[in-house]
Amino acid sequence: MINKDALLQWFDERLGLEPIIAVARKKEVPLHRHSVWYYFGGMTLFLFSVQVVTGILLLLYYRPSADNAFESVQFMITEVQFGWLIRSVHSWSANLLILALFIHMFSVYFMSAYRAPREATWVTGVMLLFISIGFGFSGYLLPWNELAFFATKVGTEIAGVVPLVGRPMLRFLRGGDDVTGATLTRFFGFHVAVLPAISTVLIGLHIWLVQAHGMSVPPGIEGEKSAAKMKFIPNFLLRDLIGWILAVGVLAALAAIFPWELGTKADAFAPAPAGIKPEWYFLFMFQTLKYLPAKIFVFDGEVLGILAFGAGAAFWMLVPFLNRAPVHARRKLVFNTIGIFVVLFIAIMTVVGFLT
Amino acid sequence: MDRRNTTDLPIQKRKTVSFVDYRLRAFIVVGAVSLVAAFGFLAFSRGSNAQGSSSCIGCHSGLEGALSDPVKSFEHDIHKAKGLSCNDCHGGNPAAFDKAAAKDRMWGYVGRPTEEQIPAFCGKCHSDAELMKKFNPSLRVDQVIEYFTSIHGSRLRRGDKNVATCVSCHGVHGIRAPSDPLSSVYPLNVAETCAKCHANAEHMAGYGIPHDQFDKYKSSVHAKALYEKHDLSAPTCNDCHGNHGAVPPGLASVGNVCGQCHARQAELFQKSPHKTAFEKINAGECLTCHGNHAILAPTDKMIGVGSGSICISCHNNDAGFAAAARIGKGLGELQASIDGAKDILERAERSGMEVSRPKFEIADAVDGLTQARVLLHSSNADEVEKALGPAMEVAAKSHAAGTAAFEELSFRRAGLAVSLVFILLLALLVYLKVRQIEHRPPFAL
Repeated sequence: MINKDALLQWFDERLGLEPIIAVARKKEVPLHRHSVWYYFGGMTLFLFSVQVVTGILLLLYYRPSADNAFESVQFMITEVQFGWLIRSVHSWSANLLILALFIHMFSVYFMSAYRAPREATWVTGVMLLFISIGFGFSGYLLPWNELAFFATKVGTEIAGVVPLVGRPMLRFLRGGDDVTGATLTRFFGFHVAVLPAISTVLIGLHIWLVQAHGMSVPPGIEGEKSAAKMKFIPNFLLRDLIGWILAVGVLAALAAIFPWELGTKADAFAPAPAGIKPEWYFLFMFQTLKYLPAKIFVFDGEVLGILAFGAGAAFWMLVPFLNRAPVHARRKLVFNTIGIFVVLFIAIMTVVGFLT
Repeated sequence: MDRRNTTDLPIQKRKTVSFVDYRLRAFIVVGAVSLVAAFGFLAFSRGSNAQGSSSCIGCHSGLEGALSDPVKSFEHDIHKAKGLSCNDCHGGNPAAFDKAAAKDRMWGYVGRPTEEQIPAFCGKCHSDAELMKKFNPSLRVDQVIEYFTSIHGSRLRRGDKNVATCVSCHGVHGIRAPSDPLSSVYPLNVAETCAKCHANAEHMAGYGIPHDQFDKYKSSVHAKALYEKHDLSAPTCNDCHGNHGAVPPGLASVGNVCGQCHARQAELFQKSPHKTAFEKINAGECLTCHGNHAILAPTDKMIGVGSGSICISCHNNDAGFAAAARIGKGLGELQASIDGAKDILERAERSGMEVSRPKFEIADAVDGLTQARVLLHSSNADEVEKALGPAMEVAAKSHAAGTAAFEELSFRRAGLAVSLVFILLLALLVYLKVRQIEHRPPFAL
């Protein structure tokens, strides 16, 4: 039987792990009434790693061309042993990942965890939000079914409406003027190479920054001297693990009981299916654009809507610099109100989008 | 020219205009004017290029009721479009506005032809190959000859004025090309045109034939194809009976008529034992089982030995009965197998299983069933079973795929249950470990 300490020492001599281990040993998690929200960052990371693992397995069979993509997915879910499970888990986990990401992001927002010195953590986080949405958008097209094809068509069309850069952006995304096999190849490249590379860097940065600054405590609780703390390893991590194990159970149940549909193969010449909608995390934007009038004063309603969302995204990224400490009660109220408005807006418009 | 007025000149130098010169000038002027007038008249009197000033149209358009109807209908007539006018059919002088002069027999005026005269009246042009070539080289010129082979033509010759002539079907003055959707002989309108007489009980009294053909036809699958699906290749009256040589097809030649479209069935029938058998008992080839006018979509019930079967109206405990039984049973079994397979695959799909390939492949079984339904016209049970065999295999395979899908679904659910047990167990173990290392009863966090 190999001695655990001896093994650790063997690796440390060769890899210099001692500083990292020391940091990990020292890491503590503050315990207070809002501590439950601390789990969601780890949950997001766990679901992301589920995506990586299932994604690699899917890569073994997936063929990224317009002629073969649909058939390769069909083959995977009918002929490959447990292919159906991997595919359904990948699709469901993508949605749960975005959900966990939103919860994590809004909990950080409302707890003002972006306060100095954690501004960079927030910025990398918002960038990861955009990357994740990019993952979702690019991955959705890959099965090359009818819904995916038209969702991509509509989505890139909306991107093309932005003034000046819209058209070049549309052509860059589509690999041409229309959604074709070239778009599929391009999206595949983004999904398995470009975005993973960028997110590796950003996730690495994000996590390193979290370790560097330690866990943030909400302003109201900050002053409390009696704040209890829990060691990250092993206490908090074991609790994280329970959550991750349960998440695996949820994914397994979703995959078995609500398998992800294959759909019908994309046909560029067919008309768009009636009532086509994007995935739920785009739905609130899509629904808002539908409600905007064609013209607002002299400007195109859709263009204004997209620019407004762009401005909203920019504001969101700059929140730590706009809500600087020391925070007065009134500014805190303003930012909390903005936050609640954003959450309600997203929730309501998403529900409306589903119901109409 | 000498500008001086002649009266200024001395008397001797005045030029005297002789009486002869004056009359010569007058004669030249009058003659020229007459020539112009004559040419003008001649030009106008070429009726074919001068419809506008045709006296026929000029006078008749001012009359009331039936006398002005021809002018109104003629507006849409194909003959008018081709540059013809009233006199080209009826004769007469379209330049003369005097009634007697216009209807002058010297100008070939025929007036209104009688029923017996109509075929020749129209045939005057329509049977003239040289003439018709100028208007439409692809148009047939044997309509009149064909007509006199028809029931209508032969009865007309025997003095029956009640029968159809050219104008009964084509109209009189507003005749449109058969390809014109408004024409009375456009495929969608043919049945109604025939029904004008053939569905009229009063008109058909005394002829000894039924007058319910139109009603029966309207209920048929051919009428559905024609009127609902707008399939212009679907048969209407003339496709089976002929146009100008219209006769009901003879009992022995019905198969040839239906076989124009239903070629395979006709071919099989001609080689089957029914061909000679039907001839012997004077039964119509296709119509004995399918009817003639009220031809409905055939069902599998028509074949076999069950109730609703047509076979048992002749066959009873003979070789035919045995063959019918085999064929009927085979078709029924295959249909049931296909239905069962489709049902299970639908249910599997609704349960979330991916079965698009087996669903696609079942079409082969449906094709086999269609083939069997055609082959039964050979009355040969062995031939039919040859087609049924592979189709049954496909249907069975598709059904098996549906069953397999449900088995897979059960496996997944069972697997999920087992996995969840292990997952929850693992979560519990980790939780217990947390409890253990913290030496205290568990809180929520």
